[in-house]
Amino acid sequence: MTALIEVKELDKAFGGVHAVEGVSFAVNAGQVYSVIGPNGAGKTTLFNLITGLYTPSKGEILLNGESTVRLAPNQLAERGMCRTFQQMQICMNMTAIENVMLGRHLQLKSSLFTTLFRLPSLRRNETVARNRAAELMEYVGCGDYLAAEAPAMSYGGLKRLEIARALAAEPKVILLDEPAAGLNATETAALEELIRKIAEQGITVMLVEHDMKLVMGISDRLLVLNYGRVLAEGTPEEIRQNPDVIAAYLGG
Amino acid sequence: MLNGVMQSRLRGLIILALILMVLPVFFGNPFHYELATQVAIIAATVVGLNLLVGFAGQISLGHAGFFGLGAYFTGIATGTYGWSSVPALMAGAIAVGIVAWIVGRPILRLKGHYLSMATLAVGFIIAIILNNERAITGGPDGMSVPAFEIFGWELSSFGRYSLFGLDISGVQAWYMFASVVLLVAVWFALNLIESPIGRALRSVHGSEVAASVVGVNTAKYKSLVFVISAIYASVMGSLYAHFQGFITPAVASFEFSILFITMVVLGGMGSTFGVILGAVVLKLLPQVLADFQELETVMFGLILMLTMIFMPKGLLPTLTAVVYKRRRRKAGGTA
Ligand SMILES: Nc1ncnc2c1ncn2[C@@H]1O[C@H](COP(=O)(O)OP(=O)(O)OP(=O)(O)O)[C@@H](O)[C@H]1O
Ligand SMILES: [Mg+2]
Repeated sequence: MTALIEVKELDKAFGGVHAVEGVSFAVNAGQVYSVIGPNGAGKTTLFNLITGLYTPSKGEILLNGESTVRLAPNQLAERGMCRTFQQMQICMNMTAIENVMLGRHLQLKSSLFTTLFRLPSLRRNETVARNRAAELMEYVGCGDYLAAEAPAMSYGGLKRLEIARALAAEPKVILLDEPAAGLNATETAALEELIRKIAEQGITVMLVEHDMKLVMGISDRLLVLNYGRVLAEGTPEEIRQNPDVIAAYLGG
Repeated sequence: MLNGVMQSRLRGLIILALILMVLPVFFGNPFHYELATQVAIIAATVVGLNLLVGFAGQISLGHAGFFGLGAYFTGIATGTYGWSSVPALMAGAIAVGIVAWIVGRPILRLKGHYLSMATLAVGFIIAIILNNERAITGGPDGMSVPAFEIFGWELSSFGRYSLFGLDISGVQAWYMFASVVLLVAVWFALNLIESPIGRALRSVHGSEVAASVVGVNTAKYKSLVFVISAIYASVMGSLYAHFQGFITPAVASFEFSILFITMVVLGGMGSTFGVILGAVVLKLLPQVLADFQELETVMFGLILMLTMIFMPKGLLPTLTAVVYKRRRRKAGGTA
């Protein structure tokens, strides 16, 4: 079986700082694959490389066997990749539901002519998109905000809204960067449930998270980064027993 | 809920139509019609500019350049070469669209002050060309433009027309025409904003990274909205040229560009009806303060600064918020 995402000897340097160095791993379709590591380990940088926001200094990233290092984020979205951000990226100049509808951008192609005259075909598609977005907001648990402007939402609501937007794009793989950060215990439990549901749909999930209970419970495999390098890779069981990890991270 | 959105869109348009219809009751002489026609044409221009500035979050300090290009294209095509008005207006719009696309691609990569400077330069270059190409444009002395003509029928400020048996003057006819044009311009803008394309444009403003990871080609959409707003300016420039009957390179000047931007900022960036109010206020202000004519640009600069500091959302959104709050407080008081 070929991997959905394959990363080979990946390197990213900012000036003198090697944020990611010689990182290799593979994610199979349908897995929940988590990346853990202390602050500044290079987790977000790795996600930025995979999603095309950064260009690698060296190395290779393959999506379904195709090299993606020259592709822009929107081209990766066309290939079924979507993500959320540690520093939330919500369009505060739109309503909550419009943010989710934005996620359907690639499914909603309409010509300028159709748009300017608001022809019936566009109205129909918009209604479908709006209903689908509303469903997704219920699904991720921010159904209370169907009529809200984005800036009026709570922090936890916005975090879920970002996931709804990513799901609206109907991705094959979704990358979540610290979705539980800033959430309380109840919200985190709900999030775990949500990630499970997403994975059950057959969507491959890549997850960066500091909450060890969440990560160990949900992941099929884990990658442990430290100072930009791979410290360990394996199943949650293997990671738990890895002496390097215990020494450098879990034990500390 | 969807109905609510559609209704609110159309409600604004209907209110605007009613205002435009009732307004002539307050007009005492032809000059008022003339002023209102100018306001309508300029308001339609800033509605287009607002798509770029207010919705997509990209600045243009050279938009009068496109307005001027449209005006001169029409002036030269109809005046010098005897084209009919509509083909001239359309050809001008296409030409300006192409120019905007060509200059937009590279400069829209820039952000903030760099984009301001680049668009400023585009405006300056256009104004300089219009000033210097005396053989074609008449240079700083300007050129006269024939009346608007469609299927052999002329719309002239000095004409007399009959509408449903009613005898109306040329400026009255122009006012009606400009009102319809403004309504169409607003309708297009509202349709554009509330669409997949409109969300993509607004997401470029809201978060470029968020836009790109859901598949929005941000560079493409920036170019698109730049071209659309330039075409708005060009078409309105063409009509302005016909209406005025005489144009000078002042239509493409820096002062005019600043006036447009001030209208957008004062009225309310991202508020289609707000920027119309901005156009009305700033076009009427110099009439009221006729004594301060030399200080006009300074005054606009001051208004721009004060709005940004004290009323960053702009006139109409701020007023709406105040009214909304009052009403809620009243409702709360009686409950
Ligand atoms: N755009 C950038 N320019 C310069 N340095 C950067 C940039 N992005 C990340 N870095 C550096 O790269 C290193 C890794 O950062 P990164 O954000 O990937 O860490 P992280 O593992 O996500 O940390 P955290 O758990 O705090 O989110 C840090 O030293 C950071 O300062
Ligand atoms: Mg991070």
